[in-house]
Amino acid sequence: MSLSLVLIAIALALLSSALSLGAGREVRIVRLVATPLIGLSGLLACTAGLGILATGNSLETVLPLGLPWLPWHVRLDALSGFFLILLGLVTAAVGLYGSSYIRDLEHGRDSIAALGVFTGLFLAGMELVLIAADAFVFMVAWELMSLASYFLVAFHHEHAANRRAAFLYLLIAHLGGLAILLSFGVLAAFGAGFGFESMRAAPLSSTWASVVFILAFIGFGAKAGLVPLHAWLPQAHPVAPSHISALLSAVMLKVAVYGFIRVVLDLMGEVQWQWGVAMLVVGGASALVGVLFALVQTDLKRLLAYSSVENLGVIFIALGLAVLFLSTGHPLHGALALGAGLYHALNHALFKGLLFLGAGAILHSAHERDLEQMGGLLRRMPWTGSLFLVGSLSISALPPFNGFVSEWLIFQSALQSWQIDSGVLRSLIPIAAAVLALTGALVAATFVKVYGVAFLGQARSRHVRRAREVTPAMQISQGILAALCILLGVLPTAMIELIDQVSAQVLHLGLLQTSAGGWLWLTPISPDAASYSAPLTLVLLVSLMAGIVWWLRHRIPRRIRRCDPWDCGFAPPSPRMQYSATGFAQPVRRVFAFFFDSEEARLDPLEPAPRYRLRLDEPSWRLFYRPLAQATYTAARWIVRLQSGNLRIYLGWTLGTLLILLWIVS
Amino acid sequence: MSLLSWYVACIQALLILGLAPLLIGWVRRVRAFLQNRRGAPVFQPYLDLYKLMLKETRVGHTASPLFRAAPYAIFVSTWLAAATVPLIALDLPTAWIADIIALVGLLALGRFFLALAGMDVGTAFGGMGASREMLVSALAEPAMLMAIFTLAMTAHSTNLVSVMESHLADGFILRPSYLFAFFALILVALAECGRIPIDNPTTHLELTMIHEAMLLEYTGHHLALMELAAWIKLLLYGVLLANVFLPWGVGQGLDPLTLGRGLGILILKLAILGVALAVGETVLAKMRLFRVPLFLNLAFLLALLGLLSHVILEVGS
Amino acid sequence: MTLNALTLLQQFLILLAGLSLFVSFILIAQPRLVAAIHSFAWQGVLVSALTLTAAMTNQAPPLYFSAGLTLVLKGLFIPWLLHRLALRLGLEGHSETLRWPELVLLAGVFLVIFSYWLVEPMVERELIFTRNIIAVSLAVVLLGFLMMVFRTQAVAQVLGFMSMENGLFLAAVSATTGMPMVVELGVAFDVLVAAVLFGVFFFQIRESIDSLDVDRLNRLAETPDVEPMLSEEIGE
Repeated sequence: MSLSLVLIAIALALLSSALSLGAGREVRIVRLVATPLIGLSGLLACTAGLGILATGNSLETVLPLGLPWLPWHVRLDALSGFFLILLGLVTAAVGLYGSSYIRDLEHGRDSIAALGVFTGLFLAGMELVLIAADAFVFMVAWELMSLASYFLVAFHHEHAANRRAAFLYLLIAHLGGLAILLSFGVLAAFGAGFGFESMRAAPLSSTWASVVFILAFIGFGAKAGLVPLHAWLPQAHPVAPSHISALLSAVMLKVAVYGFIRVVLDLMGEVQWQWGVAMLVVGGASALVGVLFALVQTDLKRLLAYSSVENLGVIFIALGLAVLFLSTGHPLHGALALGAGLYHALNHALFKGLLFLGAGAILHSAHERDLEQMGGLLRRMPWTGSLFLVGSLSISALPPFNGFVSEWLIFQSALQSWQIDSGVLRSLIPIAAAVLALTGALVAATFVKVYGVAFLGQARSRHVRRAREVTPAMQISQGILAALCILLGVLPTAMIELIDQVSAQVLHLGLLQTSAGGWLWLTPISPDAASYSAPLTLVLLVSLMAGIVWWLRHRIPRRIRRCDPWDCGFAPPSPRMQYSATGFAQPVRRVFAFFFDSEEARLDPLEPAPRYRLRLDEPSWRLFYRPLAQATYTAARWIVRLQSGNLRIYLGWTLGTLLILLWIVS
Repeated sequence: MSLLSWYVACIQALLILGLAPLLIGWVRRVRAFLQNRRGAPVFQPYLDLYKLMLKETRVGHTASPLFRAAPYAIFVSTWLAAATVPLIALDLPTAWIADIIALVGLLALGRFFLALAGMDVGTAFGGMGASREMLVSALAEPAMLMAIFTLAMTAHSTNLVSVMESHLADGFILRPSYLFAFFALILVALAECGRIPIDNPTTHLELTMIHEAMLLEYTGHHLALMELAAWIKLLLYGVLLANVFLPWGVGQGLDPLTLGRGLGILILKLAILGVALAVGETVLAKMRLFRVPLFLNLAFLLALLGLLSHVILEVGS
Repeated sequence: MTLNALTLLQQFLILLAGLSLFVSFILIAQPRLVAAIHSFAWQGVLVSALTLTAAMTNQAPPLYFSAGLTLVLKGLFIPWLLHRLALRLGLEGHSETLRWPELVLLAGVFLVIFSYWLVEPMVERELIFTRNIIAVSLAVVLLGFLMMVFRTQAVAQVLGFMSMENGLFLAAVSATTGMPMVVELGVAFDVLVAAVLFGVFFFQIRESIDSLDVDRLNRLAETPDVEPMLSEEIGE
């Protein structure tokens, strides 16, 4: 039942794609039929996921597709179900939002039909990845997802920068795809078969297991945008249309997380502690680099994309903790860390989707992505502004919103490191937690900057001053995600019971204590060790606030008078006197100067119009990509010597290769 | 969790409101004495609050609704955070609602709104204060959490009540980790409460302000709430230092005599801390902004060494 | 092993070891030279106090003598000597900033973890208490070395060297209740001579390169690429 729902969802996504293809000149079809179909497909996927998590069993079938000796196996289990819920919730909101959003694009130069076609294919690819049960289907769906998203990134292809971003994305996606393919290759060789079932039974030596892990980590890490393979992400995600950016950041990165969990925790099972350390290091670096670069951005969508790097880093820290606990024989705490990571994945999907939709709303109504031009939008777009505030509070991990719950769970599992025997791991894990704490505080700074500069203060440009509230459909779709953020923040126990099914399936045990104290209390280890009651926190916050407002009204009735701002008695403030986004980030940029390749040039202040220029580059280009490109180039130059142009030499190489192959085979 | 303990929790929450102005008045008084000034009476902050409550409240033309909601959010989140710290009685049901990580989160929630409120009117100083506040907090928060982790890993719990109980059960033990964490938390408290050498609470000198810069546009009862929230925060850190590291004296029962004794000892501890703070503020000079990271690095190093010395020196496998 | 199982004196021993480690970090990060010399004096006092405590816990009378010797030599005399040298070299206001203090401190933290990792499998379960202090001593040695790598000022490097010696002494005291008295006297004498010799060297270095920045010592190398630089400076 659930599985056929997913198949229907995939069919709907493909139908949406086909309809867009056939739309031709009637571009309204894309807006009125194809995009809502996307939302419907998401809704079905979500329902299927909920269904499978509620029952807790797994369903599989064989599709009459593919090669004759290699039919397509699909399987829906708890892990797929969880990620289908994540995908479905965001996609449903995006479908609702997109049909209003692309109205603006209809008058542009870019082909709406192409947008519809590739959105459908992209969604179908992601859904198929989640239910694939053999390496063949997985890779086909994975490449479908990658290629379709390439065309979506290249949607506004008239700008050379966008084409370059799309190409970089395609390049890294394919290198990653290659690594994934190789990791499946090793698993298939030992397990004698492409099906996940036979891979699970593969007897791997610890060296080969590490090889599989490294390949999978590179492949899925590249897709998830982990440092140092993250360079494509902040370039590719912002240039797509905003609802697609939401899908890319909120969902596609999570599909990479899904793939990683599937291969490392499900297919391999036996984990080694060195992997956990590697994940902690890479995750910590991604979190820190991501948030620092997010903080200094002035392009809102690029800022959100960097923040995705950060959040994926946090998810991998949690997964790394899970691997460490599992490898040192504490499966219960491993399950807790895995649950925390999954919870954060879901949370990130919701609030990052919400924030990208909010950024899209600003883009839609003010035609502006640059923070330096924004300001005062809360009064012009009150609904978008309030919902964006919810997103900002959630992503900054503040109670009682959902980001806090997952961060709290990660801290709790990190604090269980005293149980590990090895002293080195015991001292390394808290350092990872400290990185997480630093990251959390910097995220708060980032979103204070975003919200303060974009929504508060006064408008910094004319077109932003003219911004108006977006259509109800766009408001509602943001509202859905915001409501889910609050719901998951306030009632975490319900969600954790669903996640429990995943760890029950992957690790064969659940979190015993999490809701020991009832739905009101979150007690992951034991009620004595740690407890957090989100509902009570919310109730206390709201009731105290209401009480104080009431008390003040009742006791000292008064009017509030409007006046000019004081600002220490200087001239009445003009919009140009406000702190800019660059200025806000300057102290942090200076303190963490080590992480930036910056070039700052101030012209003579005595000039009539002095200008300040700042260029920020990522050291990863200097330290990683350029040397890599250089090495590739050198290797190519060496290999090109074979290309002498003499036919007999080519034949000689072929003969030599043939002889070597025959020797290997014999 | 009996009904009586909830009553006591309410009393403690109200006691926080009562004690916070007293502590700040005491610190100001001692400071004035050390600086050969006469100074205002200890109870002056109460009168200040009363005065602000009666004054007319003004809001800038350019302010959004968030500006008016922020004082309530800041006050309530800080108060709720303070209400989860055992003050005079150990058996505190509110400590189960929010453990110590949630306490840090609640403080961060208040700070988030404080910084937003600073940016709301669109003045230059507000943005400056917000930017600096977020820098200081970004560096202070990891140090604070590391110090807390040291406590939590020793007690195997992040619940303040459990931490204090396990500390009391162990009796007096010389722990290098606690010593390091204690000093780290002192440095963090100075930074978070905007005291010298990080920020000067009495200044209105434009370019050195951090906390004050964000309050510039507030008047009347809004300002009263913001000020009270800042004082509660000082009290909260004082109680954390006094009660968590030196839990002796906190009432372990709920009878009036124990509570009264707890209150007496708490006031004594806070008075000593207040004197130490006043002496420190008299002796030290304010740092310039870009020295602050070094200061907080020291706090982080102390907290990290606390954790390492816990792992290396205090437990063995 | 838990801390409650130890006597108060042993707890005090652990506390002192932790504090010595902290002073090592301060030494690395302290930009002002005179303050760094004072921190070094404090480390000497801490090591001496630790020796005294070890003497009391282990009932080892020779350690009383070592404690006194350490206090006089490392807590008072050598710091005084270095302080006087710094004054005579006109370095009382000297301060040098590390380029990335956070990263150096982080490297220090990893050295601490590394030394724990080295020592962890070394000894039997009954000796965990000793082993933990040895880990700290090793960390103090490595941190002294780290300081010598990252500080460019010659006097600061000498401080790093001396604090390495402090670490070795710490290890000796905690592991074997002190070295044989002859060795100890010999080492103390060596350190003393080293301090005096370093003082002489400081003047020599300053005379030949006009600075105590050890990075400039490479000018003394006879590699061809340094030559133009020299002639350039002479030209100025």
